[in-house]
Amino acid sequence: MSRTITVTERVGSDVPRIAESPAGIVWETGLQNPGLDAFVSGELLRLARGGARIIVSIGGETLEEYVRMTSALQGRPEVAAIEIHLSGRDDELDRAVLGAHADRLNEIVGAVARMSLVPVFAKLPGACDDTVGLARTAVRAGATGVTLLASPPALGLEATRDRPRIGIVTGWLSGPALKPVTLRAVFDVAQALPAVPVIASGGVRTGEDAVECLLAGAWAVQVGTATLTDPAAAVTVAQGIIRRLKTAGLASPAGLRGLLRPAEHAAAEENPAPAP
Amino acid sequence: MKRARAEILSTRKVGVYQSITLVAPEIGERARPGQFLAIAMPEGRAFILRRHFSIHQASRRGGWAGTLEFVVDPSAGAGTGWLAAARAHEFLDVIGPLGKAFSYPKRLTNCLLVAEGRGAASLFFLAQELLARHKRVDMILGGRALETVFKPIDAKRLAQTVAVMTADGSLGERGGVLDALPDAAARAAAEVVYAIAPAPILRAIAAFCRVHRLPAQVAIEERMGCGFGLCNTCVVPVARRDGSGYDNLRACVDGPVFSPQAARAPVGSSRA
Ligand SMILES: Cc1cc2nc3c(=O)[nH]c(=O)nc-3n(C[C@H](O)[C@H](O)[C@H](O)COP(=O)(O)O)c2cc1C
Repeated sequence: MSRTITVTERVGSDVPRIAESPAGIVWETGLQNPGLDAFVSGELLRLARGGARIIVSIGGETLEEYVRMTSALQGRPEVAAIEIHLSGRDDELDRAVLGAHADRLNEIVGAVARMSLVPVFAKLPGACDDTVGLARTAVRAGATGVTLLASPPALGLEATRDRPRIGIVTGWLSGPALKPVTLRAVFDVAQALPAVPVIASGGVRTGEDAVECLLAGAWAVQVGTATLTDPAAAVTVAQGIIRRLKTAGLASPAGLRGLLRPAEHAAAEENPAPAP
Repeated sequence: MKRARAEILSTRKVGVYQSITLVAPEIGERARPGQFLAIAMPEGRAFILRRHFSIHQASRRGGWAGTLEFVVDPSAGAGTGWLAAARAHEFLDVIGPLGKAFSYPKRLTNCLLVAEGRGAASLFFLAQELLARHKRVDMILGGRALETVFKPIDAKRLAQTVAVMTADGSLGERGGVLDALPDAAARAAAEVVYAIAPAPILRAIAAFCRVHRLPAQVAIEERMGCGFGLCNTCVVPVARRDGSGYDNLRACVDGPVFSPQAARAPVGSSRA
């Protein structure tokens, strides 16, 4: 998985760019990246060293930018799939979050999907009213599947110094705090659109977290923040999934997908109801 | 870069700081001055990220072989506070050595080392390596007050001369490291300057070196997320050579040791 790439290079936003919050981090990089050309001729090849195939995240503020990026990535053997970053500003329609509106999602995802020879995933914004509706729109427009969810917008403040914790003030929330939000989004979309590949992102740190995402209906998971403390976190997560598959006698993670049992009424034992 | 479960061999107070020695041979034998460690915090909801510390000592030989020392300012935050309270024989999850190290001059001999507060920790490691290469070492150490000047007595054992500066005059001369710079540079016949300090002071040191045509290396401490180049959050704006704006370089992998032009704030960047 690459960072989000834009057509022209971005130097990114002011430091500090990262701060801890309870069970999470608030961050903003301003999508710092070398730009499409430099990415394709440098970073992409470095990421793919050793034979890895990369999901490239593309971002933009206009339809044309998304089209140019998609076109430049076609026919590259290193590119396994495209993930569309949709949480940025919409310059053309002057909207704060480009992918939060079905009309625009339809247009952008449609253009990328029509042009792309590799699978296309729409990464839905982390705070939107109707995740299931947007997922349906993305798939109808031609997306192979959806990534749920992008980091929701967040703000970190420091009471003792009356200051924001992030240089450009506002940021995004990532880390373990997001797991229940991820599980709900994955669950809702998987229930409504069972045939649609869903990639879970947000709060996956351990093998158990990943198994929970699969049980909720995910086809795959992404590991972000956990990598910042353990560079091998993705390996640990994969080993955790494999362990679970072995004990359950399953051949593939697909076997766990959506395999939820009904809730237990164990609460009755822990918190006995008051006698009448 | 290695990851180790390292035992705390000892931990002791040095002024307001806590100096922690670890048994970490794999990291210790690779460590060079200017590099740093990323130390994991206890599990729970309070801490998510590692904490990052410059390497103060790494012993490759003798009775302390395989040990590694770093210095914590307990007042910096909850995470450093937790580390400062850790006891001997506890284990820490450590990744290191990380980042670019200081480089040693080949031809030049006289090295002036300048630091404020806890930043001085990595200068001691540097001083030893320079002395082993038959260089002359002089130092300027600063701090707010006596307790925040890091190891002034040990410094006297390593350096030809040590200028100590405190804001309140409780140790050495009253003033900052900048005030001592012209005299110390002249007295030491300095040919190379190494500096670690907060950004505004580093900027002034870099300006002094430019005017006096002294080659310099500066170590920049920026808030880090991971420490190994993934998160792109510990960036330092550095002007491009061709004058076309600036790049945000990562202090963790492109630094923390930079050329002095990194201390300058490029036009349009957040530091300007
Ligand atoms: C420092 C940092 C940089 C990120 N950069 C991007 C990015 O460029 N594009 C993107 O789509 N998501 C980006 N993310 C968000 C992650 O992909 C992920 O959606 C989010 O962090 C939640 O997952 P996690 O809890 O596993 O970190 C970034 C997250 C962090 C912490």
